[in-house]
Amino acid sequence: MSDKDNNKKEALFSPRNQKLLTNPLGKDNPINVQVLGICSVLAITVQLRTSIVMAISVVAVMGLANVIISLLRKTIPPRIRIIVQLTVIASLVILVDQVLKAFVYDVSRQLSVFVGLIITNCIIMGRLEAFALQNKPWPSFLDGIGNAAGYGWVLLAVGFARELLGSGTLMGYNVIPGFLYEMGYEDNGFMILPPMALITVGVIIWIQRHKDRDLVDIS
Amino acid sequence: MTNRYVFLYAAAMVVIVALVLSGAATLLRPMQERNMRIEKMQNILAAINIPAPRDEAETLFNQYITVAKIVDYRGEEMEGDAFEVELQDENRKPVEERQLPVFVADVDGETFYVVPLRGNGLWGPIWGYVGLESDVVTIAGANFDHASETPGLGAEISGERFEDQFKGKKIFDEDGNFRPVRVIKGGAPDDDPHAVDGISGGTITSDGVTNMLRNGLEVYKPYFEKIKSS
Repeated sequence: MSDKDNNKKEALFSPRNQKLLTNPLGKDNPINVQVLGICSVLAITVQLRTSIVMAISVVAVMGLANVIISLLRKTIPPRIRIIVQLTVIASLVILVDQVLKAFVYDVSRQLSVFVGLIITNCIIMGRLEAFALQNKPWPSFLDGIGNAAGYGWVLLAVGFARELLGSGTLMGYNVIPGFLYEMGYEDNGFMILPPMALITVGVIIWIQRHKDRDLVDIS
Repeated sequence: MTNRYVFLYAAAMVVIVALVLSGAATLLRPMQERNMRIEKMQNILAAINIPAPRDEAETLFNQYITVAKIVDYRGEEMEGDAFEVELQDENRKPVEERQLPVFVADVDGETFYVVPLRGNGLWGPIWGYVGLESDVVTIAGANFDHASETPGLGAEISGERFEDQFKGKKIFDEDGNFRPVRVIKGGAPDDDPHAVDGISGGTITSDGVTNMLRNGLEVYKPYFEKIKSS
Protein backbone atom coordinates (compact mmCIF):
# COMPACT_ATOMS: atom_id res chain seq x y z
CA MET A 1 0.00 0.00 0.00
CA SER A 2 1.47 3.33 -0.96
CA ASP A 3 0.47 6.93 -0.48
CA LYS A 4 -0.84 7.04 -4.03
CA ASP A 5 -3.54 4.43 -3.30
CA ASN A 6 -4.60 6.38 -0.31
CA ASN A 7 -5.16 9.65 -2.09
CA LYS A 8 -8.88 9.31 -2.49
CA LYS A 9 -10.83 9.75 0.70
CA GLU A 10 -11.23 6.45 2.45
CA ALA A 11 -13.67 5.60 5.22
CA LEU A 12 -12.05 5.43 8.65
CA PHE A 13 -12.97 1.77 9.00
CA SER A 14 -12.93 0.68 5.38
CA PRO A 15 -12.48 -3.06 4.84
CA ARG A 16 -8.79 -2.48 4.17
CA ASN A 17 -8.32 -0.53 7.38
CA GLN A 18 -10.19 -3.18 9.31
CA LYS A 19 -7.82 -5.77 7.95
CA LEU A 20 -4.90 -3.74 9.35
CA LEU A 21 -6.42 -4.18 12.74
CA THR A 22 -7.53 -7.81 12.51
CA ASN A 23 -4.85 -9.50 10.39
CA PRO A 24 -2.15 -9.27 13.07
CA LEU A 25 -4.46 -11.03 15.49
CA GLY A 26 -4.43 -14.21 13.45
CA LYS A 27 -2.95 -14.78 9.99
CA ASP A 28 -0.21 -12.21 10.42
CA ASN A 29 0.42 -12.50 14.14
CA PRO A 30 3.78 -10.98 15.06
CA ILE A 31 4.60 -13.78 17.50
CA ASN A 32 2.97 -16.89 16.04
CA VAL A 33 3.64 -16.22 12.38
CA GLN A 34 6.49 -13.71 12.17
CA VAL A 35 8.16 -15.02 15.33
CA LEU A 36 9.13 -11.54 16.57
CA GLY A 37 9.20 -10.27 20.12
CA ILE A 38 9.83 -13.72 21.52
CA CYS A 39 12.34 -12.42 24.09
CA SER A 40 9.78 -10.54 26.15
CA VAL A 41 7.30 -13.40 25.85
CA LEU A 42 9.83 -15.63 27.59
CA ALA A 43 10.74 -13.08 30.24
CA ILE A 44 7.47 -11.76 31.57
CA THR A 45 4.78 -14.39 31.17
CA VAL A 46 5.30 -16.14 34.51
CA GLN A 47 2.22 -14.36 35.82
CA LEU A 48 -0.96 -13.16 34.16
CA ARG A 49 -0.83 -9.74 35.86
CA THR A 50 2.56 -8.80 34.42
CA SER A 51 1.46 -10.01 30.99
CA ILE A 52 -1.55 -7.70 31.11
CA VAL A 53 0.50 -4.67 32.15
CA MET A 54 3.02 -5.35 29.40
CA ALA A 55 0.34 -5.85 26.75
CA ILE A 56 -1.31 -2.52 27.59
CA SER A 57 2.00 -0.66 27.60
CA VAL A 58 2.97 -2.05 24.23
CA VAL A 59 -0.39 -1.07 22.71
CA ALA A 60 0.15 2.51 23.90
CA VAL A 61 3.75 2.84 22.77
CA MET A 62 3.20 1.12 19.44
CA GLY A 63 0.15 3.16 18.49
CA LEU A 64 1.93 6.42 19.28
CA ALA A 65 5.26 5.49 17.71
CA ASN A 66 3.59 4.42 14.46
CA VAL A 67 1.70 7.72 14.24
CA ILE A 68 4.78 9.85 14.93
CA ILE A 69 6.96 8.03 12.43
CA SER A 70 4.17 8.16 9.88
CA LEU A 71 3.84 11.94 10.34
CA LEU A 72 7.59 12.35 9.89
CA ARG A 73 7.90 9.79 7.09
CA LYS A 74 8.54 12.28 4.28
CA THR A 75 11.27 14.10 6.15
CA ILE A 76 13.27 11.19 7.58
CA PRO A 77 16.54 10.68 5.70
CA PRO A 78 16.62 6.99 4.69
CA ARG A 79 20.22 6.56 5.83
CA ILE A 80 19.46 7.33 9.46
CA ARG A 81 15.89 6.07 9.62
CA ILE A 82 16.68 3.29 12.10
CA ILE A 83 18.27 5.80 14.46
CA VAL A 84 15.26 8.08 14.14
CA GLN A 85 12.89 5.18 14.87
CA LEU A 86 14.85 4.13 17.92
CA THR A 87 14.98 7.66 19.23
CA VAL A 88 11.24 8.03 18.87
CA ILE A 89 10.51 4.73 20.64
CA ALA A 90 13.00 5.36 23.42
CA SER A 91 11.80 8.91 24.07
CA LEU A 92 8.17 7.79 24.14
CA VAL A 93 8.96 5.05 26.61
CA ILE A 94 10.94 7.39 28.88
CA LEU A 95 8.19 10.00 28.69
CA VAL A 96 5.49 7.46 29.54
CA ASP A 97 7.61 6.20 32.43
CA GLN A 98 8.14 9.70 33.83
CA VAL A 99 4.45 10.54 33.63
CA LEU A 100 3.47 7.28 35.32
CA LYS A 101 6.01 7.90 38.10
CA ALA A 102 4.53 11.32 38.78
CA PHE A 103 0.82 10.58 38.55
CA VAL A 104 0.22 6.86 39.05
CA TYR A 105 3.20 5.77 41.08
CA ASP A 106 1.79 2.32 41.92
CA VAL A 107 1.35 1.40 38.27
CA SER A 108 4.87 2.57 37.52
CA ARG A 109 6.20 0.34 40.32
CA GLN A 110 4.50 -2.62 38.68
CA LEU A 111 5.88 -1.81 35.27
CA SER A 112 9.45 -1.49 36.61
CA VAL A 113 11.60 -3.53 34.22
CA PHE A 114 9.07 -3.78 31.43
CA VAL A 115 9.60 -0.20 30.44
CA GLY A 116 13.11 -1.06 29.30
CA LEU A 117 11.88 -4.20 27.60
CA ILE A 118 9.42 -2.22 25.49
CA ILE A 119 12.30 -0.34 23.82
CA THR A 120 13.93 -3.59 22.78
CA ASN A 121 10.72 -5.14 21.45
CA CYS A 122 11.50 -5.91 17.83
CA ILE A 123 7.83 -5.86 16.79
CA ILE A 124 7.64 -2.11 17.35
CA MET A 125 10.62 -1.29 15.19
CA GLY A 126 9.51 -3.91 12.69
CA ARG A 127 6.17 -2.14 12.20
CA LEU A 128 7.77 1.31 11.98
CA GLU A 129 10.15 0.05 9.33
CA ALA A 130 7.65 -2.05 7.39
CA PHE A 131 4.50 0.04 7.64
CA ALA A 132 4.62 3.49 9.22
CA LEU A 133 7.41 4.70 6.92
CA GLN A 134 5.19 4.17 3.86
CA ASN A 135 1.71 4.93 5.13
CA LYS A 136 -0.50 7.70 6.40
CA PRO A 137 -0.99 8.27 10.14
CA TRP A 138 -4.44 6.70 10.50
CA PRO A 139 -3.66 3.34 8.83
CA SER A 140 -0.34 3.36 10.71
CA PHE A 141 -2.15 3.86 13.98
CA LEU A 142 -4.48 0.93 13.24
CA ASP A 143 -1.54 -1.21 12.19
CA GLY A 144 0.27 -0.40 15.42
CA ILE A 145 -2.72 -1.14 17.62
CA GLY A 146 -3.48 -4.32 15.67
CA ASN A 147 0.02 -5.70 15.96
CA ALA A 148 0.29 -4.78 19.62
CA ALA A 149 -3.02 -6.53 20.25
CA GLY A 150 -1.79 -9.58 18.33
CA TYR A 151 1.28 -9.59 20.55
CA GLY A 152 -0.90 -8.95 23.59
CA TRP A 153 -3.29 -11.86 23.27
CA VAL A 154 -0.48 -14.36 22.85
CA LEU A 155 1.17 -12.83 25.92
CA LEU A 156 -2.04 -13.26 27.91
CA ALA A 157 -2.54 -16.83 26.72
CA VAL A 158 1.00 -17.82 27.68
CA GLY A 159 0.80 -15.95 30.99
CA PHE A 160 -2.50 -17.66 31.77
CA ALA A 161 -1.16 -21.14 31.07
CA ARG A 162 2.11 -20.59 32.91
CA GLU A 163 0.64 -19.07 36.05
CA LEU A 164 -2.16 -21.65 36.22
CA LEU A 165 0.04 -24.70 35.71
CA GLY A 166 3.21 -23.35 37.32
CA SER A 167 1.90 -21.72 40.49
CA GLY A 168 -1.74 -22.88 40.64
CA THR A 169 -2.86 -19.25 40.77
CA LEU A 170 -4.36 -16.60 38.49
CA MET A 171 -3.69 -12.90 39.13
CA GLY A 172 -2.13 -14.10 42.39
CA TYR A 173 -5.25 -15.87 43.67
CA ASN A 174 -5.31 -19.61 44.26
CA VAL A 175 -7.62 -21.25 41.76
CA ILE A 176 -6.67 -24.93 41.97
CA PRO A 177 -8.98 -26.38 44.63
CA GLY A 178 -7.30 -27.83 47.71
CA PHE A 179 -8.68 -31.33 47.30
CA LEU A 180 -6.79 -31.76 44.04
CA TYR A 181 -3.53 -31.18 45.90
CA GLU A 182 -4.63 -33.70 48.51
CA MET A 183 -5.22 -36.20 45.73
CA GLY A 184 -1.62 -35.77 44.68
CA TYR A 185 -1.75 -32.94 42.13
CA GLU A 186 1.38 -30.78 42.09
CA ASP A 187 2.20 -27.47 40.47
CA ASN A 188 4.61 -27.93 37.62
CA GLY A 189 7.78 -26.06 38.57
CA PHE A 190 8.95 -26.31 34.95
CA MET A 191 6.27 -23.85 33.88
CA ILE A 192 7.96 -21.11 35.89
CA LEU A 193 11.15 -21.37 33.85
CA PRO A 194 11.55 -19.42 30.57
CA PRO A 195 11.94 -22.45 28.25
CA MET A 196 8.36 -23.49 28.99
CA ALA A 197 7.16 -20.19 27.54
CA LEU A 198 8.78 -21.22 24.27
CA ILE A 199 7.01 -24.57 24.39
CA THR A 200 3.70 -22.90 25.24
CA VAL A 201 4.11 -20.56 22.27
CA GLY A 202 4.93 -23.64 20.19
CA VAL A 203 1.66 -25.25 21.24
CA ILE A 204 -0.26 -22.08 20.31
CA ILE A 205 1.43 -22.04 16.88
CA TRP A 206 0.60 -25.71 16.46
CA ILE A 207 -3.10 -25.16 17.22
CA GLN A 208 -3.24 -22.11 14.96
CA ARG A 209 -1.67 -23.92 12.02
CA HIS A 210 -3.87 -26.91 12.53
CA LYS A 211 -6.89 -24.63 12.14
CA ASP A 212 -5.48 -22.46 9.36
CA ARG A 213 -3.85 -24.65 6.71
CA ASP A 214 -2.71 -21.59 4.72
CA LEU A 215 -0.03 -20.97 7.30
CA VAL A 216 1.55 -24.38 6.90
CA ASP A 217 4.83 -24.14 5.02
CA ILE A 218 4.76 -26.92 2.44
CA SER A 219 8.05 -26.15 0.74
CA MET B 1 19.06 13.90 0.50
CA THR B 2 22.35 15.60 1.07
CA ASN B 3 24.74 14.93 3.93
CA ARG B 4 23.98 18.42 5.16
CA TYR B 5 20.31 17.60 5.46
CA VAL B 6 21.04 14.33 7.28
CA PHE B 7 23.30 16.04 9.82
CA LEU B 8 20.89 18.89 10.39
CA TYR B 9 17.98 16.48 10.75
CA ALA B 10 19.85 14.37 13.30
CA ALA B 11 21.01 17.44 15.21
CA ALA B 12 17.53 18.95 15.32
CA MET B 13 16.01 15.65 16.41
CA VAL B 14 18.50 15.26 19.25
CA VAL B 15 17.92 18.81 20.47
CA ILE B 16 14.13 18.46 20.37
CA VAL B 17 14.16 15.12 22.14
CA ALA B 18 16.57 16.43 24.77
CA LEU B 19 14.37 19.47 25.40
CA VAL B 20 11.19 17.44 25.66
CA LEU B 21 12.69 14.82 27.97
CA SER B 22 14.55 17.19 30.27
CA GLY B 23 11.53 19.47 30.36
CA ALA B 24 9.31 16.58 31.39
CA ALA B 25 11.82 15.39 33.96
CA THR B 26 12.17 18.83 35.55
CA LEU B 27 8.44 19.46 35.61
CA LEU B 28 7.56 16.11 37.09
CA ARG B 29 10.45 15.83 39.55
CA PRO B 30 8.73 17.37 42.61
CA MET B 31 5.77 15.03 42.23
CA GLN B 32 8.02 12.01 41.74
CA GLU B 33 10.11 12.83 44.79
CA ARG B 34 7.01 13.22 46.90
CA ASN B 35 5.82 9.82 45.69
CA MET B 36 9.16 8.28 46.63
CA ARG B 37 9.08 9.81 50.12
CA ILE B 38 5.59 8.45 50.66
CA GLU B 39 6.65 5.03 49.43
CA LYS B 40 9.56 5.04 51.86
CA MET B 41 7.17 5.83 54.71
CA GLN B 42 4.86 3.05 53.56
CA ASN B 43 7.75 0.59 53.49
CA ILE B 44 8.97 1.53 56.96
CA LEU B 45 5.45 1.14 58.33
CA ALA B 46 5.05 -2.17 56.50
CA ALA B 47 8.08 -3.52 58.36
CA ILE B 48 6.10 -3.20 61.60
CA ASN B 49 2.93 -4.53 59.96
CA ILE B 50 1.04 -1.28 59.69
CA PRO B 51 -0.71 -1.12 56.33
CA ALA B 52 -0.62 2.48 55.12
CA PRO B 53 -2.64 3.64 52.10
CA ARG B 54 -0.87 6.28 50.03
CA ASP B 55 -2.91 9.22 51.23
CA GLU B 56 -2.57 8.33 54.92
CA ALA B 57 1.07 7.25 54.92
CA GLU B 58 2.41 10.59 56.10
CA THR B 59 -0.05 10.92 59.00
CA LEU B 60 0.48 7.33 60.12
CA PHE B 61 4.24 7.70 59.85
CA ASN B 62 4.27 10.77 62.07
CA GLN B 63 1.92 9.05 64.48
CA TYR B 64 3.84 5.81 64.96
CA ILE B 65 7.49 6.61 64.28
CA THR B 66 8.45 8.51 67.41
CA VAL B 67 12.20 8.72 66.94
CA ALA B 68 14.27 8.68 63.76
CA LYS B 69 17.96 8.73 64.56
CA ILE B 70 21.36 7.89 63.13
CA VAL B 71 23.84 5.66 64.94
CA ASP B 72 27.45 4.82 64.08
CA TYR B 73 29.26 1.46 63.99
CA ARG B 74 29.71 1.51 67.80
CA GLY B 75 26.03 2.14 68.36
CA GLU B 76 26.61 5.77 69.39
CA GLU B 77 24.08 8.34 68.24
CA MET B 78 25.10 10.75 65.48
CA GLU B 79 23.80 14.07 64.22
CA GLY B 80 21.59 14.16 61.16
CA ASP B 81 18.23 13.40 59.58
CA ALA B 82 17.76 9.63 59.46
CA PHE B 83 15.06 9.84 56.81
CA GLU B 84 17.39 11.49 54.30
CA VAL B 85 20.28 9.02 54.65
CA GLU B 86 20.91 7.13 51.40
CA LEU B 87 22.15 3.62 52.16
CA GLN B 88 23.50 3.38 48.64
CA ASP B 89 26.08 6.04 49.50
CA GLU B 90 26.69 4.79 53.05
CA ASN B 91 27.52 1.24 51.92
CA ARG B 92 30.40 2.58 49.85
CA LYS B 93 32.06 4.14 52.90
CA PRO B 94 34.25 2.25 55.38
CA VAL B 95 32.20 0.86 58.27
CA GLU B 96 33.64 3.40 60.71
CA GLU B 97 32.25 6.35 58.75
CA ARG B 98 28.79 5.03 57.96
CA GLN B 99 25.60 6.67 59.13
CA LEU B 100 23.15 3.98 60.18
CA PRO B 101 19.51 5.09 60.35
CA VAL B 102 17.16 3.64 62.98
CA PHE B 103 13.43 4.32 63.13
CA VAL B 104 11.93 3.74 66.56
CA ALA B 105 8.20 3.13 66.58
CA ASP B 106 5.69 3.16 69.36
CA VAL B 107 2.64 1.06 68.53
CA ASP B 108 0.13 1.01 71.36
CA GLY B 109 2.86 1.19 73.99
CA GLU B 110 5.07 -1.44 72.37
CA THR B 111 8.46 -0.41 71.00
CA PHE B 112 9.72 -1.49 67.58
CA TYR B 113 12.99 -0.78 65.81
CA VAL B 114 13.08 -0.51 62.02
CA VAL B 115 16.40 -0.61 60.17
CA PRO B 116 16.95 -0.20 56.43
CA LEU B 117 18.93 -2.68 54.34
CA ARG B 118 20.42 -2.56 50.88
CA GLY B 119 22.15 -5.22 48.79
CA ASN B 120 22.41 -6.74 45.35
CA GLY B 121 20.05 -9.08 43.54
CA LEU B 122 20.62 -10.66 40.17
CA TRP B 123 20.10 -7.65 37.90
CA GLY B 124 20.36 -4.70 40.21
CA PRO B 125 20.01 -3.39 43.74
CA ILE B 126 17.56 -4.81 46.25
CA TRP B 127 16.59 -3.09 49.49
CA GLY B 128 14.22 -3.38 52.35
CA TYR B 129 13.31 -2.67 55.95
CA VAL B 130 13.34 -5.06 58.88
CA GLY B 131 11.23 -4.34 61.94
CA LEU B 132 12.44 -5.78 65.24
CA GLU B 133 10.44 -6.22 68.41
CA SER B 134 11.57 -4.55 71.62
CA ASP B 135 13.90 -7.49 72.44
CA VAL B 136 15.80 -6.64 69.20
CA VAL B 137 16.00 -10.39 68.54
CA THR B 138 12.64 -11.24 67.04
CA ILE B 139 11.62 -9.93 63.63
CA ALA B 140 8.22 -8.28 63.68
CA GLY B 141 8.03 -7.89 59.94
CA ALA B 142 10.07 -7.32 56.80
CA ASN B 143 9.55 -5.43 53.60
CA PHE B 144 11.68 -5.89 50.50
CA ASP B 145 11.86 -4.23 47.14
CA HIS B 146 14.02 -4.34 44.06
CA ALA B 147 14.96 -2.32 41.02
CA SER B 148 14.91 -4.87 38.25
CA GLU B 149 14.62 -8.48 39.40
CA THR B 150 12.85 -10.90 37.04
CA PRO B 151 9.06 -10.62 37.38
CA GLY B 152 7.54 -13.78 38.79
CA LEU B 153 10.94 -15.08 39.93
CA GLY B 154 13.39 -12.89 41.85
CA ALA B 155 10.84 -10.08 41.96
CA GLU B 156 8.76 -12.23 44.31
CA ILE B 157 10.91 -11.02 47.24
CA SER B 158 8.63 -8.00 47.35
CA GLY B 159 5.56 -10.23 47.60
CA GLU B 160 3.72 -10.84 50.84
CA ARG B 161 4.17 -14.57 50.60
CA PHE B 162 7.93 -14.15 50.89
CA GLU B 163 7.95 -11.26 53.35
CA ASP B 164 5.49 -12.85 55.79
CA GLN B 165 7.86 -15.76 56.37
CA PHE B 166 10.17 -13.44 58.30
CA LYS B 167 7.66 -12.72 61.04
CA GLY B 168 8.78 -14.30 64.29
CA LYS B 169 12.22 -15.29 62.99
CA LYS B 170 15.23 -14.39 65.13
CA ILE B 171 18.52 -12.66 64.36
CA PHE B 172 20.35 -13.73 67.53
CA ASP B 173 20.47 -17.35 68.77
CA GLU B 174 19.74 -18.43 72.34
CA ASP B 175 23.34 -17.83 73.44
CA GLY B 176 23.14 -14.26 72.17
CA ASN B 177 25.33 -14.85 69.10
CA PHE B 178 24.48 -12.91 65.94
CA ARG B 179 22.78 -15.31 63.54
CA PRO B 180 20.78 -13.55 60.83
CA VAL B 181 17.98 -15.19 58.86
CA ARG B 182 19.11 -17.08 55.78
CA VAL B 183 17.04 -17.70 52.65
CA ILE B 184 17.37 -21.36 51.77
CA LYS B 185 16.98 -22.86 48.32
CA GLY B 186 14.57 -25.79 48.26
CA GLY B 187 12.92 -24.81 51.55
CA ALA B 188 13.93 -24.19 55.15
CA PRO B 189 13.30 -26.68 57.98
CA ASP B 190 10.02 -25.83 59.73
CA ASP B 191 11.53 -25.37 63.19
CA ASP B 192 14.55 -23.25 62.19
CA PRO B 193 14.09 -19.71 63.55
CA HIS B 194 17.01 -18.45 61.43
CA ALA B 195 15.88 -19.55 57.96
CA VAL B 196 13.08 -18.98 55.45
CA ASP B 197 12.17 -20.66 52.14
CA GLY B 198 13.88 -19.41 49.00
CA ILE B 199 12.12 -18.66 45.72
CA SER B 200 12.13 -21.30 42.99
CA GLY B 201 13.81 -19.84 39.95
CA GLY B 202 15.08 -16.90 41.99
CA THR B 203 18.09 -18.39 43.71
CA ILE B 204 20.52 -15.56 43.08
CA THR B 205 18.03 -12.97 44.32
CA SER B 206 17.34 -15.20 47.36
CA ASP B 207 21.06 -15.37 48.09
CA GLY B 208 21.18 -11.61 47.66
CA VAL B 209 18.59 -11.27 50.43
CA THR B 210 20.65 -13.58 52.68
CA ASN B 211 23.75 -11.44 52.14
CA MET B 212 21.83 -8.22 52.55
CA LEU B 213 20.43 -9.38 55.89
CA ARG B 214 23.83 -10.51 57.14
CA ASN B 215 25.80 -7.45 56.03
CA GLY B 216 23.05 -4.98 56.73
CA LEU B 217 22.21 -6.15 60.24
CA GLU B 218 25.77 -6.91 61.33
CA VAL B 219 26.74 -3.23 61.44
CA TYR B 220 23.88 -2.60 63.87
CA LYS B 221 25.10 -5.36 66.26
CA PRO B 222 26.72 -2.96 68.77
CA TYR B 223 23.58 -0.83 68.79
CA PHE B 224 21.32 -3.84 69.35
CA GLU B 225 23.58 -5.10 72.13
CA LYS B 226 23.35 -1.74 73.82
CA ILE B 227 19.56 -1.91 73.77
CA LYS B 228 19.61 -5.47 75.08
CA SER B 229 21.87 -4.61 78.03
CA SER B 230 19.97 -1.49 78.98
